Formats: sequence, C-alpha cells, structure tokens
Amino acid sequence: MNYFSSIGGYAIMVKEVFKKPTKWRIMKSLILKEIDELIFGSLGIIVFISFFIGAVVAIQTALNLTNPLIPRNLIAFATRQSVILEFAPTFVSIIMAGKVGSYITSSIGTMRVTEQIDALEVMGVNSLNYLVFPKIIAMLFYPFAIAISMYVGILGGWMAGVFGGFLTNADFSSGLQTDFIPFHITYAFIKTLLFAFIIATIPSYHGYYMKGGALEVGKASTTSFVWTSVVIIILNYILTQLLLG
Amino acid sequence: MITVNDIHKSFGENHVLKGVSTVFENGKTNLVIGQSGSGKTVFLKCLLGLFQPEKGSIDYDGKDYAQLSTKEKRNLRQEMGMVFQGSALFDSMTVEGNVRFPLEMFTKQPKSEMEDRVNAVLKRVNLVDAHHKFPAEISGGMQKRVAIARAIVMNPKYLFCDEPNSGLDPKTAILIDDLIKEITEEYDITTVINTHDMNSVMQIGEKILFLKNGYKEWEGTKHEIFKTDNEAVTNFVYSSDLFKKVRQMYIEEKN
Repeated sequence: MNYFSSIGGYAIMVKEVFKKPTKWRIMKSLILKEIDELIFGSLGIIVFISFFIGAVVAIQTALNLTNPLIPRNLIAFATRQSVILEFAPTFVSIIMAGKVGSYITSSIGTMRVTEQIDALEVMGVNSLNYLVFPKIIAMLFYPFAIAISMYVGILGGWMAGVFGGFLTNADFSSGLQTDFIPFHITYAFIKTLLFAFIIATIPSYHGYYMKGGALEVGKASTTSFVWTSVVIIILNYILTQLLLG
Repeated sequence: MITVNDIHKSFGENHVLKGVSTVFENGKTNLVIGQSGSGKTVFLKCLLGLFQPEKGSIDYDGKDYAQLSTKEKRNLRQEMGMVFQGSALFDSMTVEGNVRFPLEMFTKQPKSEMEDRVNAVLKRVNLVDAHHKFPAEISGGMQKRVAIARAIVMNPKYLFCDEPNSGLDPKTAILIDDLIKEITEEYDITTVINTHDMNSVMQIGEKILFLKNGYKEWEGTKHEIFKTDNEAVTNFVYSSDLFKKVRQMYIEEKN
C-alpha cells in the first residue's frame, strides 16, 4: 500500500513541477548552476570509470579468446558493444544515481529540514518548479556525458588491447566497425534520456517529502539511491525488450 | 486585519486545533502563546495557508482564504512575510541575495531600484556590513534580522513570526522584539508572533492569544494578563519566581 501511495505521490510531484513556472531570468541561472553541478561536476568520475572499465572489458575478452580460429578483432567488437549498449548508459547511470542522486536528495532534504522550502511556499513560489525543474533540464545534457563515456570507454579498450599486446591497431579498427548497427546508438541514448529523468526526479521526491532531521536526510539519500537504481535496472530491462527484443 | 472563525485541524486521529476564533488587528503585535503541543505552530501554518483547516475560515481583510482562486491565493501570499524559527535563509545566497529574492521573483523593478530597496531594509534592521556574507558566516541574531529584512522587503500587509527570538541571548532577543514592534507600527502591518518567551509577552504583547490543547483558553492584552485569574494562563506565564514577583509588584502598584 505504501508503495502505491509513493508512486501516486511521485506522479503528483512530477505534475506540480511543470505548473506555475518560475521567472525565466531566475530559472536560466538556476539551470546553468545545475548543469555545472550535475553534469560538469560528474565528468571527472565518468571519464575515470569509463576508461578503466573499457580497458578491463578488452583485457577480459582477450584472455577468454583461447580458440585461434576466433579473430582477434572480436576484442574491439566486444568492447564496443559492451560499452555502447550497457556500460555507458546503464552502469554509469547507476553510478550517477549514487553521486548526483544523493546530492539532490540531501540538498533538497536539508532545505526541507531547515524550513527553506516552507519559506519558498509562503512567498508564493512553486517550490517544486523552482527546485526540481532546473535539475530535469540540466539532466537533458546527460546524454553528452554518456557520449563522452562511450568514447573514453572504447579508448580505454583500445589502449589496453593494443598496448597490452592483445591485438594490433588494425585489428582493433576493423573490430570496431564490424557489424555496426547505428540503431544501437539510438537505443543507448533513448535509455540515457529516460534514466536522466529518473535520476533527476526520484531523488528529488525523496528529498522534498522527507520528514525529520539531519539523520533522516542521510536515510533519505540512501533510500533514494536504492530506488533510483531499482527503477533504472527495471526500466533497462523493459526498454531492451521493447527496442531490441 | 485577520479574522479567524472556529478553525479545526486534525492529522489522522490527532485533533490539533479544536475550534479557535480570534481577530488580529492592523498595526498591532499579536502574540500566540501556549505550551509545546498546544497547537501554536499548526495555527500559524493555517494562517500562512500551508495547512488547510477542515472546518472554519480565515479572512484576510474580509477575504476568505479558502474561497480564493489559486492565483488570488498566490497574490495574497506575496502580501505575507514570514520569519521562521530557524530563520530559513537560503544557504546558497548571500545576505543581499536572500533579501533581494522576493523582489527578483515577483517584481519587474530595475536592478538599481532593487538594490536601493535591499539597502534600505537592511539598514532598517541595522545590518549594514553583511551584504556579501553567507548565512553560515553570520550570527543567529544577524540571521534573524536578515529574515526580518526579507520578510518586509515587499512591504507585506501581514507579518508572521515563529519563535523569533528563540536561541538568542536576552539582549539580542529584546532588540528583535523591539524591531518587530517598530516595523509593525511603521508599516501598519498585522503581525502574529508565536512565542514561548515571556519577556516578549510583557514587552510587545498588544494582544495575546493563549492556546491550550487546541482550544483558545484566554485572550487579552499584556496589561490584562497581569490581572487574569485564569489558572492555566497564570500557571504558564508565571511559572518562574521572577515573573510571579513581577506580577505581584504590578498588582500592588495598581492597587
């Protein structure tokens, strides 16, 4: 029963976010601030993780290719497919649910605890629009971060594969182009956009409607991470079945 | 003027307000007192429109809040100023940014005009050197003054304060009380203050509403509170020896 009321509450929140917009002059600066905080602030960790995961995927594939009849360019093919289809859009989104999601929950939750949200409401400001809408718009730039993740992940695979002596530059280049289906990129970005919306809104919901004090802000951050991850995983399954199945 | 007619408010089984009626007049400091759990905060949040009473009505200068359209409610809220117990200043903004916020949100004033207004209200609350500081960098008393400045920057018709001097030293608490009273008279605002502070009651209580278990137990002025024989009020207000003596001296002086 609790889950149903939470889902209903979440739907009402999303509806309220798009009502009574804040003045564009103010909203513009809020959006730019959120882009800086949520997207640019996450690029470092995204690049770091993507590079090494791409490298590990290449090494693992290479080490498991024991049959001499299987071409070495399969290493590049496997790296490309893993990074583009799953690692960059899904795995990075789970990491972002932790990094960005907990930031969103704790910042909005702290505003709730310290009555800053009440202050906005008393002034006649639509606090949901003021707080959540800029985050949703900022997260529209998330696919750019994922594109970087894809590029860096494949770069990591190339460096580990070529400099590790597992395959040649030419093998990697041919493997990258083998059986390339452009729709896979579309599929990855459709997923990314939906995950971006989830990462912006579920943590906001947990922060906005939290009750209690500082301890509860911490608990709300944890709960929001768990639920954001769960929803991303389930949505990933449904979208994969719908778009590729 | 705010007229409260028989308001009731419950949270599940918990019936917090059980029929409170009163009138808060313009240009007066109206105090709401009562023990913790008596319903003061819920009462104030009903006045602010943050809670909707299940029964009864709240009229702002003759307009029933519940009957107003969403747009009219928002417009009315722009005529309200609120000083929260913990000040509720926006952490990410400077003192100046906090005070300018309502102007940026709801007016089309040019930047220079906004700056003049911000400087004027900050000067009014005796804060002249803190414009570029963040809330975390100033004292509790200064935060309260910034909150008051933010509350009055739009020239509100109604000012609400929740425990405005809690956590402040006695000297600063008196300064804050005096400031609220001066501003109330100067701008002819209807001010409603929730407080536990008996110094405030004695000093600025032009009208005092005493709540007990969700009911209006007593109402009167700071002069009448000395003479009342209502046991609940005397037990609450004169719980300390100091205030008992003050009351005794007042009565002896009057006799």
